[in-house]
Amino acid sequence: MSKADQALDRGVVSAYEWKRKRVRLPLSFTHLLLLILLVVVGLLPLLWLGKAAITPTQDTLRMPMAIFPHGVDWENLATAWNTVGIGTQFVNTLWVALGSWLVQLVVATTGGYALSVLRPRYGRLVNALVLGTLFVPSVVLLVPLYLTILHPPLVGHSLINTFWAVWLPAGASAFNVLLVTRFFDNLPREIFEAARTDGAGSFRLFWSVVLPMSKPILGVVSVFAIINAWKDYLWPMLVLKDKAIQPLSVRLPEIQSQTQLDVYLAGLAISILIPVALFLVFQGMFLRGGGLDGAVKG
Amino acid sequence: MTALDTRVPDQALGTLPRPVRRVAVARSPRTWLKGGGLGNLVFMLPMLLIFGVFSWSPIVQAIVMSFQKTNLVTPATFVGFDNFVHVFQDPQFLTAVVNTGYFAVLALLFGYPIPLVVAVLMSEVRRLKGLFSVLAYLPVVVPPVVAVLLWKFFYDASPTGVFNTILDWVGIAPQPWIQSAATAMPSLVLEATWAGAGGTIIIYLAALSAVAPELYDAAEMDGAGIWKKIWHVTLPQLRGILLVTFILQIIGTAQVFLEPFLFTDGGPVNSTLSVLLLIYRYAFQSSLGGNYGAATALSVLLALVLAILSLVYFRMTRSWSDN
Repeated sequence: MSKADQALDRGVVSAYEWKRKRVRLPLSFTHLLLLILLVVVGLLPLLWLGKAAITPTQDTLRMPMAIFPHGVDWENLATAWNTVGIGTQFVNTLWVALGSWLVQLVVATTGGYALSVLRPRYGRLVNALVLGTLFVPSVVLLVPLYLTILHPPLVGHSLINTFWAVWLPAGASAFNVLLVTRFFDNLPREIFEAARTDGAGSFRLFWSVVLPMSKPILGVVSVFAIINAWKDYLWPMLVLKDKAIQPLSVRLPEIQSQTQLDVYLAGLAISILIPVALFLVFQGMFLRGGGLDGAVKG
Repeated sequence: MTALDTRVPDQALGTLPRPVRRVAVARSPRTWLKGGGLGNLVFMLPMLLIFGVFSWSPIVQAIVMSFQKTNLVTPATFVGFDNFVHVFQDPQFLTAVVNTGYFAVLALLFGYPIPLVVAVLMSEVRRLKGLFSVLAYLPVVVPPVVAVLLWKFFYDASPTGVFNTILDWVGIAPQPWIQSAATAMPSLVLEATWAGAGGTIIIYLAALSAVAPELYDAAEMDGAGIWKKIWHVTLPQLRGILLVTFILQIIGTAQVFLEPFLFTDGGPVNSTLSVLLLIYRYAFQSSLGGNYGAATALSVLLALVLAILSLVYFRMTRSWSDN
């Protein structure tokens, strides 16, 4: 058993080679170097930001690499949160993320269910049209989408300066539909047939059978929906002009010139807390799904 | 066995009406309704509406608008290829294309080999593998705006800037970073590579773990050492994913916007003006009001070039792998 596991697990270096000093020592040393490099490159900039967030401006400017030469200034965090309005923007970001998440989840699950399980005749055409949008760079949409938000169909008034302007377009994610449809495709058909013979209609089948079986993929879609909403910049900057409802990413570049450096850096630090926390909690999901996401978004 | 036997007729019965229903679907709206057509449509509807309004229709509109003059006051008029001519005659167009190409090439030089080397090394880690992955991926979860703003501060050109302080430790003179036309673009690429490498590393790690162990076993039978195994087994096995990440990186860097916009706003002296930044300026920063025609024309042009590039690329690489 353990032997089989080893065989499955093996990479370039064999167990035999690993036992030889000539291989193990240089390789271990390289790995140590790599670890140090990853700490320096991946972690230190964020730790530095954490340090700078609670360091007085003059210390950060004069001795950026010194660690608290003249003590710690916790006030920065409170000033950023209250006076500069990071708190409001933090809540705005949450709203943007939650609404985008909900719209994406509704569109992806109902659409994926229709395409994968219900399969109406026009399903193939719709599927092709949805997947086709993956090949259109998002910049092509920029201007017409902006004009659509200015004059949306049926609504009658502009959606500029409302969260809907960010929430609704977020739902048009072909990547989500693709992920969810693929997942539904792999659910056992027999269970659907059994539910149908037991008299479950389309809605019942969706709500009580398909959705409960799909928690893993819903988790992946959810985490990426929230993270992407948190990351988004250009689109919210265009459609959320009102300072009172702007999320962090839109507001941060604009407050830079009018804010004291230490408070500004505290604001930056606060705004990475949630994404980093989400990442650390849902590591597995990111590291398994992250490759996928990046590969398709491109 | 018996349980299976009793189920078969049930299933057959359950599936039997299907073909009948299918044939009837096209014939009358009533049978369509009875067959669950309405229910199907209800589930389709959110996707049809959202994609229709916010994806399909804007794509069509973009193509139409690239041949129109629009100022939102008077009705749009068709102007043929005027918008494209306008773009081609704009001296900034060539600057933007050259800069974007420069960004893409630098990004390939910095960003293409590093994730591969790191991933191959990481896949051989025996302990704390999770820690390695987390550290490598950490920059990817930092919101891009925050990453750029943070690096903008790191790039402070004064001798007490963060990076200049570090350079001073090793005896290198302070650099102007994003403040000089010569060093601005490499500085942008450096940050973009930092922000993006983790994602590629994770893709390669997944591909590496999918390499069949038997291939390594077989190579060892033939007496291959570690380097030979990397060269003759690992890299050929990764070829597919390497080809894909290559073109995806080019497609991604051709659309670079955030870094030039937030770091330098295209400066100094337009040295970091990218194609997307030019599109943005046409549409939203023009002093004469939005030149939506030029903006959509340039974006459609970019999409076409990228589509053709990918097509040619995949045809070319397919014929390579045939040989």
